[in-house]
Amino acid sequence: MVINKQLNGTELTVSIAGRLDTITSPQLEKELESSLPGVTKLHFDFKELEYLSSAGLRVMLRAQKQMNTQGNMTVGNVSDVIAELFDMTGFTDIMTIVSNAGK
Amino acid sequence: MDELIIETKPKNLSRVLAFVESHTGALPKKSQYRINIAVDEIFTNISNYAYQNEPGIAVIRVAVNDAVTIEFEDSGVPYNPIAQTEPNLTQSAEERAPGGLGVFMTQKLMDTVEYRREGGKNILTLKKGVS
Repeated sequence: MVINKQLNGTELTVSIAGRLDTITSPQLEKELESSLPGVTKLHFDFKELEYLSSAGLRVMLRAQKQMNTQGNMTVGNVSDVIAELFDMTGFTDIMTIVSNAGK
Repeated sequence: MDELIIETKPKNLSRVLAFVESHTGALPKKSQYRINIAVDEIFTNISNYAYQNEPGIAVIRVAVNDAVTIEFEDSGVPYNPIAQTEPNLTQSAEERAPGGLGVFMTQKLMDTVEYRREGGKNILTLKKGVS
């Protein structure tokens, strides 16, 4: 997994390539812990993400909870497989999925 | 069925996935991803819970014909993952507790998930058609 962060003022875009699974999720969790303070808009770009397991979903849930208290969070470029995962777990109702890489 | 005998350490997931992918490599990517997620959930569960405090041994078997069959065997404490209650999927982000999703996702992603306890072993069999 490769994480790419782009901070523009208080707007952070996090792009993830590869797999967000049991092995790699702690790495994303650490990145978010250090990067989220002060961020008002968090956007995840999933263009290069193959899939996430429940460990990845837990990190997404945590990020959503934190952003609910300090701004907002969006997720973009979601593939069919990932959209299916979000649907089956009810995450579609918790998170804001946007149809492109946009803001 | 080809089998992999491996210590139940969470970090061994990479080797387990590589073993499974050596059999599923010809399938469409989407099918491979769904299978990988299920394998992640089940192997992680076994690594964390089957042998309590220390790693033990798991045997993982894979066969691919008109369906992909993956079997997980461990000699740990009796545990039937599919007897657990389903997570509440309608809660808001604030209400949700972490966890509980892995087995649920596995059942949704696979066609069948069957558990049996046999000769002091937990055996969990996942099946997914690949037509």
